[in-house]
Amino acid sequence: MSGRIFLLGDDIDTDQLAPGQYMKGGLDMLAAHCLEAARPDFAGSVKPGDVIVAGKNFGMGSSREQAAEALKHLGLAGVVAKSFAGIFYRNALNLGLPVLVADDISAVEDGDAASLDPAAGELVLEARNRTVRLEPLPDNLKPMLADGGLVPHLKKRFAAERAKEAGE
Amino acid sequence: MASTLAQKIIARAAGRDSVRPGEVVTAQVDLAMIHDSGGPRRVEPILKELGVGLFDASKVVLISDHFVPGDTDEGARILELTRQWARERKVAFHDGEGICHVVLPERGHLKPGMLVVGGDSHSPTGGAFGAYMFGIGATEMAGVLATGEIWLKVPGTILIEWQGRLSPGVLAKDIMLALCGRLGMDGGQYQAVEYTGEAIAALSMQERMTLSNMAAELGGQAGLIAPDATTEAYLESVGGSAGDWLGLVTDPGAELAAHHVFDASTLEPQVAAPHSPANAMPVTQAPETRFEVAYIGACTGAKYEDLKGAASILRGRKLAPGLALKVAPASMRDQQRAADEGIMAVFEEAGAQVLPNACGICAGYGADRLGEDVTCISSTARNFQGRMGASSSKIWLASPLTVAASAITGQIADPREFLNDGEGVA
Ligand code: SF4
Repeated sequence: MSGRIFLLGDDIDTDQLAPGQYMKGGLDMLAAHCLEAARPDFAGSVKPGDVIVAGKNFGMGSSREQAAEALKHLGLAGVVAKSFAGIFYRNALNLGLPVLVADDISAVEDGDAASLDPAAGELVLEARNRTVRLEPLPDNLKPMLADGGLVPHLKKRFAAERAKEAGE
Repeated sequence: MASTLAQKIIARAAGRDSVRPGEVVTAQVDLAMIHDSGGPRRVEPILKELGVGLFDASKVVLISDHFVPGDTDEGARILELTRQWARERKVAFHDGEGICHVVLPERGHLKPGMLVVGGDSHSPTGGAFGAYMFGIGATEMAGVLATGEIWLKVPGTILIEWQGRLSPGVLAKDIMLALCGRLGMDGGQYQAVEYTGEAIAALSMQERMTLSNMAAELGGQAGLIAPDATTEAYLESVGGSAGDWLGLVTDPGAELAAHHVFDASTLEPQVAAPHSPANAMPVTQAPETRFEVAYIGACTGAKYEDLKGAASILRGRKLAPGLALKVAPASMRDQQRAADEGIMAVFEEAGAQVLPNACGICAGYGADRLGEDVTCISSTARNFQGRMGASSSKIWLASPLTVAASAITGQIADPREFLNDGEGVA
Protein backbone atom coordinates (compact mmCIF):
# COMPACT_ATOMS: atom_id res chain seq x y z
CA MET A 1 0.00 0.00 0.00
CA SER A 2 1.24 3.43 -0.89
CA GLY A 3 0.97 6.56 1.18
CA ARG A 4 2.70 9.78 2.02
CA ILE A 5 5.44 10.60 4.43
CA PHE A 6 5.19 12.73 7.53
CA LEU A 7 8.70 13.78 8.43
CA LEU A 8 9.28 14.52 12.12
CA GLY A 9 12.28 15.46 14.23
CA ASP A 10 14.08 13.83 17.16
CA ASP A 11 12.68 12.88 20.57
CA ILE A 12 8.99 12.66 19.75
CA ASP A 13 7.62 11.68 23.17
CA THR A 14 4.64 9.61 24.25
CA ASP A 15 2.87 12.67 25.64
CA GLN A 16 2.82 14.09 22.12
CA LEU A 17 1.60 10.81 20.63
CA ALA A 18 -1.04 10.19 23.28
CA PRO A 19 -1.64 13.49 25.13
CA GLY A 20 -2.46 12.76 28.78
CA GLN A 21 -5.43 15.11 28.86
CA TYR A 22 -7.26 13.08 26.19
CA MET A 23 -6.44 9.66 27.64
CA LYS A 24 -9.89 9.43 29.19
CA GLY A 25 -11.71 10.11 25.94
CA GLY A 26 -11.01 6.74 24.36
CA LEU A 27 -8.93 5.84 21.35
CA ASP A 28 -10.89 7.93 18.82
CA MET A 29 -10.37 11.11 20.76
CA LEU A 30 -6.76 10.28 21.59
CA ALA A 31 -5.97 9.59 17.95
CA ALA A 32 -7.63 12.85 16.93
CA HIS A 33 -5.08 14.73 19.07
CA CYS A 34 -2.09 12.54 18.21
CA LEU A 35 1.01 14.66 17.52
CA GLU A 36 -0.93 17.92 17.53
CA ALA A 37 1.88 19.76 19.30
CA ALA A 38 4.49 18.82 16.66
CA ARG A 39 2.16 18.67 13.64
CA PRO A 40 -1.24 20.29 14.12
CA ASP A 41 -2.35 18.99 10.71
CA PHE A 42 -1.36 15.37 11.41
CA ALA A 43 -4.47 13.64 12.74
CA GLY A 44 -6.72 15.49 10.29
CA SER A 45 -4.77 14.66 7.17
CA VAL A 46 -3.14 11.27 7.82
CA LYS A 47 -4.52 8.44 5.69
CA PRO A 48 -4.19 4.66 5.90
CA GLY A 49 -0.88 3.63 4.38
CA ASP A 50 0.96 6.80 5.35
CA VAL A 51 4.36 6.50 7.00
CA ILE A 52 6.03 8.52 9.73
CA VAL A 53 9.75 9.06 9.26
CA ALA A 54 11.48 10.52 12.30
CA GLY A 55 14.84 11.20 13.86
CA LYS A 56 16.24 9.58 16.93
CA ASN A 57 14.54 8.32 20.11
CA PHE A 58 11.02 8.17 18.70
CA GLY A 59 8.45 7.31 21.39
CA MET A 60 10.47 8.29 24.42
CA GLY A 61 8.73 8.73 27.75
CA SER A 62 6.02 6.68 29.36
CA SER A 63 5.14 3.03 28.86
CA ARG A 64 1.62 3.94 27.75
CA GLU A 65 0.69 1.75 24.83
CA GLN A 66 -1.84 4.23 23.61
CA ALA A 67 1.06 6.07 21.96
CA ALA A 68 1.46 3.21 19.49
CA GLU A 69 -2.23 2.36 19.50
CA ALA A 70 -3.17 5.85 18.34
CA LEU A 71 -0.84 5.56 15.34
CA LYS A 72 -2.20 2.16 14.46
CA HIS A 73 -5.75 3.44 14.85
CA LEU A 74 -5.03 6.17 12.31
CA GLY A 75 -4.04 3.49 9.83
CA LEU A 76 -0.36 4.29 9.63
CA ALA A 77 1.62 1.69 7.68
CA GLY A 78 4.45 2.08 10.15
CA VAL A 79 7.14 4.29 11.60
CA VAL A 80 10.70 4.56 10.33
CA ALA A 81 13.15 6.29 12.66
CA LYS A 82 16.86 6.61 13.28
CA SER A 83 16.20 5.06 16.68
CA PHE A 84 13.29 4.22 18.95
CA ALA A 85 12.80 4.42 22.69
CA GLY A 86 12.87 0.82 23.89
CA ILE A 87 9.45 0.50 25.49
CA PHE A 88 7.67 2.18 22.60
CA TYR A 89 9.47 -0.13 20.16
CA ARG A 90 8.29 -3.21 22.01
CA ASN A 91 4.76 -1.86 22.43
CA ALA A 92 4.40 -1.01 18.75
CA LEU A 93 5.45 -4.46 17.58
CA ASN A 94 3.28 -6.12 20.23
CA LEU A 95 0.33 -4.19 18.81
CA GLY A 96 1.25 -5.10 15.24
CA LEU A 97 2.50 -1.65 14.18
CA PRO A 98 5.67 -2.00 12.09
CA VAL A 99 8.57 0.08 13.47
CA LEU A 100 11.84 0.01 11.59
CA VAL A 101 15.22 1.55 12.08
CA ALA A 102 16.98 3.42 9.26
CA ASP A 103 20.52 4.70 9.64
CA ASP A 104 20.14 7.29 6.95
CA ILE A 105 16.91 9.18 6.35
CA SER A 106 18.50 12.13 4.58
CA ALA A 107 16.87 11.22 1.27
CA VAL A 108 13.38 11.54 2.74
CA GLU A 109 11.30 14.69 2.43
CA ASP A 110 8.05 15.58 4.05
CA GLY A 111 5.08 14.78 1.83
CA ASP A 112 6.96 12.27 -0.36
CA ALA A 113 4.91 9.45 -1.82
CA ALA A 114 6.21 6.22 -0.35
CA SER A 115 5.43 2.63 0.44
CA LEU A 116 6.75 0.67 3.39
CA ASP A 117 7.65 -3.00 3.09
CA PRO A 118 8.56 -4.24 6.59
CA ALA A 119 9.30 -7.81 5.46
CA ALA A 120 11.73 -6.68 2.78
CA GLY A 121 13.14 -3.96 5.03
CA GLU A 122 12.53 -1.20 2.49
CA LEU A 123 10.93 2.20 2.32
CA VAL A 124 10.39 2.95 -1.36
CA LEU A 125 10.21 6.64 -2.29
CA GLU A 126 8.13 6.14 -5.39
CA ALA A 127 8.22 9.54 -7.00
CA ARG A 128 11.97 9.73 -6.70
CA ASN A 129 12.92 6.23 -7.56
CA ARG A 130 14.86 5.79 -4.38
CA THR A 131 14.82 3.17 -1.66
CA VAL A 132 15.71 3.70 1.97
CA ARG A 133 17.25 0.57 3.48
CA LEU A 134 15.84 -0.44 6.84
CA GLU A 135 17.43 -2.66 9.45
CA PRO A 136 15.80 -6.08 9.38
CA LEU A 137 13.61 -6.99 12.35
CA PRO A 138 15.05 -9.50 14.82
CA ASP A 139 14.09 -13.02 13.69
CA ASN A 140 12.05 -13.75 16.78
CA LEU A 141 9.76 -10.81 16.08
CA LYS A 142 8.99 -11.51 12.44
CA PRO A 143 6.38 -14.21 13.10
CA MET A 144 4.71 -12.03 15.74
CA LEU A 145 4.40 -9.06 13.41
CA ALA A 146 3.21 -11.34 10.61
CA ASP A 147 0.47 -12.62 12.94
CA GLY A 148 -0.59 -9.02 13.61
CA GLY A 149 0.92 -8.58 17.07
CA LEU A 150 1.42 -10.38 20.36
CA VAL A 151 -2.20 -11.25 21.15
CA PRO A 152 -3.02 -12.98 17.86
CA HIS A 153 0.42 -14.58 18.00
CA LEU A 154 -0.17 -16.00 21.48
CA LYS A 155 -3.66 -17.10 20.50
CA LYS A 156 -2.15 -19.17 17.74
CA ARG A 157 0.44 -20.58 20.12
CA PHE A 158 -2.12 -21.55 22.78
CA ALA A 159 -4.43 -23.04 20.16
CA ALA A 160 -1.55 -25.15 18.87
CA GLU A 161 -0.71 -26.27 22.41
CA ARG A 162 -4.32 -27.20 23.09
CA ALA A 163 -4.56 -29.10 19.82
CA LYS A 164 -1.42 -30.98 20.70
CA GLU A 165 -2.71 -31.88 24.15
CA ALA A 166 -6.01 -33.03 22.68
CA GLY A 167 -4.17 -35.19 20.19
CA GLU A 168 -2.01 -36.90 22.78
CA MET B 1 33.82 -15.35 29.81
CA ALA B 2 34.02 -11.98 31.55
CA SER B 3 30.43 -10.80 31.91
CA THR B 4 28.57 -7.71 33.01
CA LEU B 5 26.11 -7.82 35.87
CA ALA B 6 23.28 -7.53 33.34
CA GLN B 7 24.60 -10.49 31.36
CA LYS B 8 24.89 -12.60 34.50
CA ILE B 9 21.31 -11.98 35.53
CA ILE B 10 19.89 -12.48 32.05
CA ALA B 11 21.92 -15.65 31.49
CA ARG B 12 20.51 -17.16 34.66
CA ALA B 13 16.94 -16.19 33.77
CA ALA B 14 17.39 -17.61 30.27
CA GLY B 15 18.80 -20.88 31.63
CA ARG B 16 22.16 -20.30 29.98
CA ASP B 17 25.76 -20.32 31.20
CA SER B 18 26.45 -17.02 29.50
CA VAL B 19 24.92 -14.64 26.99
CA ARG B 20 26.40 -12.11 24.59
CA PRO B 21 25.22 -8.54 23.96
CA GLY B 22 22.95 -8.41 20.93
CA GLU B 23 21.69 -11.99 21.26
CA VAL B 24 17.94 -12.38 21.52
CA VAL B 25 16.95 -14.75 24.34
CA THR B 26 13.77 -15.86 26.04
CA ALA B 27 13.94 -15.45 29.80
CA GLN B 28 11.78 -16.71 32.67
CA VAL B 29 10.34 -13.86 34.69
CA ASP B 30 10.87 -14.03 38.47
CA LEU B 31 8.39 -11.31 39.29
CA ALA B 32 5.85 -9.14 37.48
CA MET B 33 4.66 -5.88 38.99
CA ILE B 34 1.55 -4.10 37.78
CA HIS B 35 -0.36 -1.03 38.95
CA ASP B 36 -3.94 0.15 38.78
CA SER B 37 -3.44 2.19 35.62
CA GLY B 38 -1.75 -0.26 33.25
CA GLY B 39 -2.70 -3.38 35.22
CA PRO B 40 -5.97 -5.28 35.64
CA ARG B 41 -8.13 -3.02 33.50
CA ARG B 42 -5.78 -3.45 30.55
CA VAL B 43 -4.44 -7.00 31.00
CA GLU B 44 -7.60 -8.83 32.05
CA PRO B 45 -9.44 -8.36 28.73
CA ILE B 46 -6.39 -9.80 26.95
CA LEU B 47 -6.11 -12.76 29.34
CA LYS B 48 -9.83 -13.40 28.71
CA GLU B 49 -9.34 -13.22 24.98
CA LEU B 50 -6.47 -15.70 25.25
CA GLY B 51 -8.53 -17.90 27.55
CA VAL B 52 -5.72 -18.40 30.08
CA GLY B 53 -4.96 -17.58 33.71
CA LEU B 54 -1.82 -16.30 35.43
CA PHE B 55 1.40 -18.22 34.90
CA ASP B 56 2.05 -18.09 38.65
CA ALA B 57 0.01 -15.87 40.97
CA SER B 58 2.78 -15.95 43.59
CA LYS B 59 5.05 -14.10 41.18
CA VAL B 60 2.68 -11.23 40.52
CA VAL B 61 2.45 -8.09 42.68
CA LEU B 62 -0.30 -5.53 42.19
CA ILE B 63 0.01 -2.02 43.63
CA SER B 64 -2.57 0.76 43.45
CA ASP B 65 -1.00 4.19 43.11
CA HIS B 66 -2.05 6.06 39.98
CA PHE B 67 -5.77 6.51 40.74
CA VAL B 68 -5.45 6.62 44.54
CA PRO B 69 -7.38 8.10 46.36
CA GLY B 70 -10.11 7.50 43.77
CA ASP B 71 -11.69 10.91 44.16
CA THR B 72 -13.23 10.93 40.70
CA ASP B 73 -15.92 8.58 39.41
CA GLU B 74 -13.52 7.11 36.92
CA GLY B 75 -10.73 6.70 39.48
CA ALA B 76 -13.08 5.05 41.96
CA ARG B 77 -14.30 2.64 39.28
CA ILE B 78 -10.76 1.71 38.25
CA LEU B 79 -9.74 1.12 41.88
CA GLU B 80 -12.78 -1.09 42.47
CA LEU B 81 -11.94 -3.13 39.40
CA THR B 82 -8.33 -3.38 40.61
CA ARG B 83 -9.40 -4.64 44.05
CA GLN B 84 -11.78 -7.18 42.62
CA TRP B 85 -9.09 -8.51 40.29
CA ALA B 86 -6.65 -8.88 43.20
CA ARG B 87 -9.22 -11.00 45.06
CA GLU B 88 -10.10 -13.14 42.07
CA ARG B 89 -6.57 -13.67 40.86
CA LYS B 90 -5.14 -14.11 44.39
CA VAL B 91 -2.05 -11.98 43.91
CA ALA B 92 -0.13 -9.93 46.49
CA PHE B 93 -1.87 -6.55 46.58
CA HIS B 94 -0.71 -3.30 48.15
CA ASP B 95 -3.63 -0.94 48.12
CA GLY B 96 -3.02 2.73 48.83
CA GLU B 97 0.31 1.95 50.52
CA GLY B 98 2.32 4.14 48.21
CA ILE B 99 3.93 4.38 44.79
CA CYS B 100 4.74 1.03 43.19
CA HIS B 101 8.51 1.51 42.74
CA VAL B 102 8.92 2.36 46.41
CA VAL B 103 6.43 -0.14 47.83
CA LEU B 104 7.85 -3.11 45.88
CA PRO B 105 11.25 -3.19 47.64
CA GLU B 106 9.87 -1.83 50.91
CA ARG B 107 7.57 -4.85 51.20
CA GLY B 108 10.40 -7.26 50.50
CA HIS B 109 9.47 -8.35 46.97
CA LEU B 110 12.80 -7.55 45.31
CA LYS B 111 16.05 -9.48 45.50
CA PRO B 112 19.32 -9.13 43.61
CA GLY B 113 19.68 -11.39 40.60
CA MET B 114 15.96 -11.42 39.81
CA LEU B 115 14.60 -10.75 36.35
CA VAL B 116 11.59 -8.51 36.91
CA VAL B 117 9.16 -6.76 34.59
CA GLY B 118 7.02 -3.83 35.65
CA GLY B 119 4.04 -2.30 33.92
CA ASP B 120 5.51 1.17 34.29
CA SER B 121 8.33 3.07 32.65
CA HIS B 122 10.19 3.79 35.90
CA SER B 123 10.62 0.09 36.56
CA PRO B 124 14.42 0.38 36.29
CA THR B 125 14.16 1.53 39.94
CA GLY B 126 14.45 -2.16 40.90
CA GLY B 127 18.00 -2.11 39.53
CA ALA B 128 19.12 -0.34 42.71
CA PHE B 129 18.71 -3.74 44.37
CA GLY B 130 20.69 -5.58 41.70
CA ALA B 131 17.55 -6.90 40.00
CA TYR B 132 17.29 -6.65 36.21
CA MET B 133 13.98 -4.81 36.16
CA PHE B 134 12.48 -3.06 33.17
CA GLY B 135 9.22 -1.53 32.06
CA ILE B 136 6.83 -2.99 29.50
CA GLY B 137 3.43 -2.00 28.13
CA ALA B 138 0.13 -3.61 29.01
CA THR B 139 -0.15 -5.99 26.05
CA GLU B 140 3.33 -7.35 26.65
CA MET B 141 2.52 -7.60 30.37
CA ALA B 142 -0.55 -9.68 29.53
CA GLY B 143 1.77 -11.94 27.53
CA VAL B 144 4.11 -12.28 30.52
CA LEU B 145 1.22 -12.98 32.89
CA ALA B 146 0.01 -15.68 30.51
CA THR B 147 3.35 -17.34 29.76
CA GLY B 148 5.85 -16.34 32.47
CA GLU B 149 8.40 -15.49 29.81
CA ILE B 150 9.70 -12.54 27.88
CA TRP B 151 12.16 -11.97 25.06
CA LEU B 152 15.16 -9.75 25.54
CA LYS B 153 17.89 -8.50 23.31
CA VAL B 154 20.86 -8.92 25.63
CA PRO B 155 21.91 -5.33 26.31
CA GLY B 156 25.35 -3.88 26.26
CA THR B 157 26.33 -2.14 29.48
CA ILE B 158 26.92 1.58 29.77
CA LEU B 159 29.06 1.93 32.86
CA ILE B 160 28.60 5.28 34.58
CA GLU B 161 31.29 5.85 37.14
CA TRP B 162 31.22 8.67 39.69
CA GLN B 163 34.55 9.13 41.42
CA GLY B 164 35.00 11.09 44.64
CA ARG B 165 32.19 12.14 46.97
CA LEU B 166 29.18 14.37 46.52
CA SER B 167 29.37 17.69 48.36
CA PRO B 168 26.82 18.60 51.04
CA GLY B 169 23.55 19.70 49.44
CA VAL B 170 24.09 17.61 46.30
CA LEU B 171 21.96 14.49 45.86
CA ALA B 172 21.45 11.51 43.55
CA LYS B 173 18.81 13.57 41.77
CA ASP B 174 21.49 16.11 40.81
CA ILE B 175 23.62 13.29 39.41
CA MET B 176 20.72 12.20 37.24
CA LEU B 177 19.80 15.64 35.97
CA ALA B 178 23.45 16.26 35.14
CA LEU B 179 23.58 12.92 33.29
CA CYS B 180 20.39 13.72 31.34
CA GLY B 181 21.97 17.03 30.36
CA ARG B 182 25.29 15.54 29.30
CA LEU B 183 24.24 12.25 27.74
CA GLY B 184 20.76 13.23 26.53
CA MET B 185 17.53 11.34 26.87
CA ASP B 186 18.74 8.59 24.58
CA GLY B 187 22.18 8.34 26.19
CA GLY B 188 21.12 4.98 27.62
CA GLN B 189 20.28 3.63 24.14
CA TYR B 190 17.97 1.02 25.69
CA GLN B 191 21.06 -0.71 27.07
CA ALA B 192 21.77 -1.61 30.68
CA VAL B 193 23.01 1.43 32.55
CA GLU B 194 25.19 0.49 35.52
CA TYR B 195 26.25 2.99 38.18
CA THR B 196 29.53 2.50 39.94
CA GLY B 197 32.32 4.34 41.74
CA GLU B 198 33.06 5.76 45.16
CA ALA B 199 30.19 8.25 45.17
CA ILE B 200 27.64 5.54 44.33
CA ALA B 201 29.04 3.11 46.91
CA ALA B 202 28.62 5.83 49.54
CA LEU B 203 24.93 6.37 48.74
CA SER B 204 22.05 4.99 50.80
CA MET B 205 19.53 2.62 49.23
CA GLN B 206 16.91 5.32 48.73
CA GLU B 207 19.41 7.58 46.99
CA ARG B 208 20.45 4.68 44.78
CA MET B 209 16.80 4.14 43.93
CA THR B 210 16.68 7.67 42.53
CA LEU B 211 19.61 6.87 40.23
CA SER B 212 18.05 3.64 38.96
CA ASN B 213 14.61 5.27 38.66
CA MET B 214 15.89 7.92 36.29
CA ALA B 215 17.77 5.44 34.12
CA ALA B 216 14.37 5.68 32.40
CA GLU B 217 15.08 9.33 31.56
CA LEU B 218 18.39 8.30 30.03
CA GLY B 219 16.54 5.82 27.85
CA GLY B 220 18.23 2.81 29.44
CA GLN B 221 16.36 -0.48 29.69
CA ALA B 222 17.65 -1.07 33.23
CA GLY B 223 19.63 0.93 35.79
CA LEU B 224 21.77 -1.44 37.82
CA ILE B 225 23.86 -1.09 40.95
CA ALA B 226 25.85 -4.10 42.14
CA PRO B 227 24.55 -5.48 45.44
CA ASP B 228 26.84 -4.65 48.37
CA ALA B 229 26.65 -4.35 52.15
CA THR B 230 24.25 -1.39 51.87
CA THR B 231 21.92 -3.50 49.74
CA GLU B 232 22.16 -6.40 52.16
CA ALA B 233 21.39 -4.19 55.17
CA TYR B 234 18.27 -2.85 53.45
CA LEU B 235 17.11 -6.31 52.42
CA GLU B 236 17.58 -7.60 55.96
CA SER B 237 15.51 -4.70 57.28
CA VAL B 238 12.58 -5.89 55.12
CA GLY B 239 13.07 -9.55 55.96
CA GLY B 240 15.13 -10.59 52.93
CA SER B 241 18.68 -11.27 51.88
CA ALA B 242 20.87 -10.85 48.83
CA GLY B 243 21.89 -14.51 49.09
CA ASP B 244 24.39 -15.67 46.48
CA TRP B 245 24.18 -12.41 44.60
CA LEU B 246 25.87 -10.37 47.32
CA GLY B 247 29.14 -9.04 45.96
CA LEU B 248 28.35 -9.99 42.38
CA VAL B 249 29.77 -7.38 40.04
CA THR B 250 30.55 -6.69 36.42
CA ASP B 251 33.76 -8.63 35.81
CA PRO B 252 36.91 -6.63 35.07
CA GLY B 253 37.52 -6.94 31.36
CA ALA B 254 33.84 -7.50 30.48
CA GLU B 255 32.93 -5.93 27.16
CA LEU B 256 31.23 -2.55 27.73
CA ALA B 257 29.11 -0.48 25.34
CA ALA B 258 30.52 2.68 26.95
CA HIS B 259 32.27 3.81 30.09
CA HIS B 260 31.72 7.35 31.33
CA VAL B 261 33.68 8.76 34.25
CA PHE B 262 32.56 11.80 36.23
CA ASP B 263 33.83 13.68 39.27
CA ALA B 264 31.21 13.80 42.03
CA SER B 265 33.08 16.31 44.13
CA THR B 266 32.64 19.16 41.64
CA LEU B 267 28.96 18.49 40.89
CA GLU B 268 26.64 21.36 41.81
CA PRO B 269 22.90 21.15 42.51
CA GLN B 270 21.04 21.03 39.19
CA VAL B 271 17.72 22.16 37.76
CA ALA B 272 16.16 21.11 34.45
CA ALA B 273 14.14 23.68 32.54
CA PRO B 274 10.82 22.85 30.85
CA HIS B 275 10.09 20.60 28.93
CA SER B 276 12.87 18.04 29.19
CA PRO B 277 15.11 16.56 31.88
CA ALA B 278 17.92 17.05 29.37
CA ASN B 279 17.58 20.84 29.83
CA ALA B 280 19.70 20.51 32.96
CA MET B 281 22.01 23.23 34.30
CA PRO B 282 23.65 24.06 37.62
CA VAL B 283 21.39 26.12 39.91
CA THR B 284 24.07 28.78 39.88
CA GLN B 285 23.53 29.31 36.15
CA ALA B 286 19.74 29.10 36.06
CA PRO B 287 17.78 32.11 34.80
CA GLU B 288 15.57 33.92 37.27
CA THR B 289 12.31 32.02 37.41
CA ARG B 290 9.35 32.51 39.77
CA PHE B 291 7.23 29.62 41.00
CA GLU B 292 3.63 29.41 42.11
CA VAL B 293 3.88 25.75 43.12
CA ALA B 294 6.64 23.63 44.65
CA TYR B 295 6.05 19.89 44.60
CA ILE B 296 7.82 17.27 46.65
CA GLY B 297 6.39 14.05 45.32
CA ALA B 298 6.81 10.91 43.21
CA CYS B 299 8.77 7.70 43.40
CA THR B 300 11.77 9.77 42.33
CA GLY B 301 11.70 12.49 44.96
CA ALA B 302 9.46 11.92 48.00
CA LYS B 303 10.92 8.94 49.79
CA TYR B 304 11.76 9.15 53.49
CA GLU B 305 15.22 10.60 52.90
CA ASP B 306 13.90 13.10 50.37
CA LEU B 307 11.36 14.28 52.94
CA LYS B 308 14.01 14.43 55.63
CA GLY B 309 16.34 16.51 53.48
CA ALA B 310 13.60 18.92 52.40
CA ALA B 311 12.41 19.34 55.99
CA SER B 312 15.92 20.14 57.18
CA ILE B 313 15.89 23.15 54.87
CA LEU B 314 12.32 24.22 55.67
CA ARG B 315 12.63 23.93 59.44
CA GLY B 316 11.95 27.29 61.07
CA ARG B 317 11.53 29.02 57.71
CA LYS B 318 8.54 30.38 55.83
CA LEU B 319 7.28 29.74 52.34
CA ALA B 320 7.54 32.55 49.80
CA PRO B 321 4.35 34.64 49.75
CA GLY B 322 1.81 33.24 47.32
CA LEU B 323 3.67 29.96 46.80
CA ALA B 324 1.92 26.65 47.46
CA LEU B 325 4.08 23.76 48.66
CA LYS B 326 2.55 20.34 48.07
CA VAL B 327 4.05 17.20 49.56
CA ALA B 328 3.00 13.69 48.56
CA PRO B 329 5.15 11.20 50.50
CA ALA B 330 6.05 8.26 48.25
CA SER B 331 4.82 5.58 50.63
CA MET B 332 2.71 5.17 53.70
CA ARG B 333 5.62 3.61 55.53
CA ASP B 334 7.98 6.47 54.65
CA GLN B 335 5.36 9.00 55.70
CA GLN B 336 4.86 7.19 59.02
CA ARG B 337 8.57 7.21 59.71
CA ALA B 338 8.78 10.87 58.76
CA ALA B 339 5.85 11.65 61.05
CA ASP B 340 7.45 9.74 63.94
CA GLU B 341 10.61 11.78 63.56
CA GLY B 342 8.86 15.14 63.42
CA ILE B 343 9.57 15.62 59.71
CA MET B 344 5.92 15.83 58.66
CA ALA B 345 5.36 18.43 61.38
CA VAL B 346 7.94 20.67 59.69
CA PHE B 347 5.94 20.57 56.44
CA GLU B 348 2.73 21.29 58.28
CA GLU B 349 4.23 24.21 60.18
CA ALA B 350 5.57 25.65 56.96
CA GLY B 351 2.01 25.56 55.62
CA ALA B 352 2.49 22.75 53.10
CA GLN B 353 -0.43 20.76 51.83
CA VAL B 354 0.10 17.01 52.37
CA LEU B 355 -1.35 14.81 49.61
CA PRO B 356 -1.99 11.03 49.48
CA ASN B 357 0.80 8.45 49.05
CA ALA B 358 0.19 8.19 45.34
CA CYS B 359 1.35 9.36 41.93
CA GLY B 360 -1.05 12.30 42.05
CA ILE B 361 0.24 15.41 40.30
CA CYS B 362 3.24 13.58 38.84
CA ALA B 363 0.83 11.62 36.66
CA GLY B 364 -1.31 14.70 36.03
CA TYR B 365 -4.15 13.27 38.12
CA GLY B 366 -6.36 14.76 40.79
CA ALA B 367 -7.72 18.14 41.75
CA ASP B 368 -4.19 19.42 42.50
CA ARG B 369 -2.92 19.02 38.94
CA LEU B 370 -1.24 22.17 37.62
CA GLY B 371 -3.56 24.79 36.20
CA GLU B 372 -3.08 27.03 33.16
CA ASP B 373 0.25 28.88 33.03
CA VAL B 374 1.37 27.68 36.48
CA THR B 375 5.14 27.39 36.93
CA CYS B 376 6.21 24.62 39.28
CA ILE B 377 9.48 23.33 40.69
CA SER B 378 9.23 19.62 41.28
CA SER B 379 11.18 16.68 42.70
CA THR B 380 9.65 14.35 40.08
CA ALA B 381 11.47 12.70 37.17
CA ARG B 382 9.80 14.16 34.10
CA ASN B 383 8.86 17.61 32.92
CA PHE B 384 7.39 16.95 29.50
CA GLN B 385 4.85 19.49 28.39
CA GLY B 386 1.48 18.95 30.03
CA ARG B 387 2.62 16.03 32.14
CA MET B 388 1.48 17.42 35.47
CA GLY B 389 -1.62 19.24 34.27
CA ALA B 390 -2.42 22.00 31.80
CA SER B 391 -0.24 22.04 28.72
CA SER B 392 0.53 25.71 29.37
CA SER B 393 2.04 24.83 32.79
CA LYS B 394 5.80 24.72 33.14
CA ILE B 395 7.79 22.27 35.22
CA TRP B 396 11.33 22.72 36.49
CA LEU B 397 12.94 19.59 37.90
CA ALA B 398 15.26 19.62 40.90
CA SER B 399 16.30 17.65 43.96
CA PRO B 400 14.04 17.73 47.02
CA LEU B 401 16.60 20.01 48.69
CA THR B 402 16.51 22.48 45.82
CA VAL B 403 12.70 22.34 45.70
CA ALA B 404 12.56 23.13 49.42
CA ALA B 405 15.03 26.01 49.12
CA SER B 406 13.12 27.39 46.13
CA ALA B 407 9.84 27.14 48.06
CA ILE B 408 11.34 29.55 50.58
CA THR B 409 12.59 32.11 48.05
CA GLY B 410 9.85 31.63 45.45
CA GLN B 411 12.47 31.30 42.75
CA ILE B 412 15.31 28.97 41.85
CA ALA B 413 17.49 28.77 44.93
CA ASP B 414 20.75 27.07 45.78
CA PRO B 415 20.07 24.61 48.63
CA ARG B 416 23.65 24.94 49.83
CA GLU B 417 22.78 28.38 51.15
CA PHE B 418 20.13 26.85 53.41
CA LEU B 419 21.93 23.86 54.87
CA ASN B 420 21.58 23.71 58.61
CA ASP B 421 24.70 22.33 60.27
CA GLY B 422 24.91 18.60 60.30
CA GLU B 423 21.46 17.82 59.04
CA GLY B 424 19.61 17.04 55.92
CA VAL B 425 22.53 15.80 53.97
CA ALA B 426 22.11 12.18 53.13
S1 SF4 C 1 5.15 8.89 40.88
FE1 SF4 C 1 5.26 9.64 38.78
S2 SF4 C 1 7.08 8.67 37.91
FE2 SF4 C 1 6.56 7.54 39.79
S3 SF4 C 1 5.25 5.83 39.08
FE3 SF4 C 1 3.90 7.51 39.65
S4 SF4 C 1 3.52 8.64 37.73
FE4 SF4 C 1 5.34 7.35 37.42
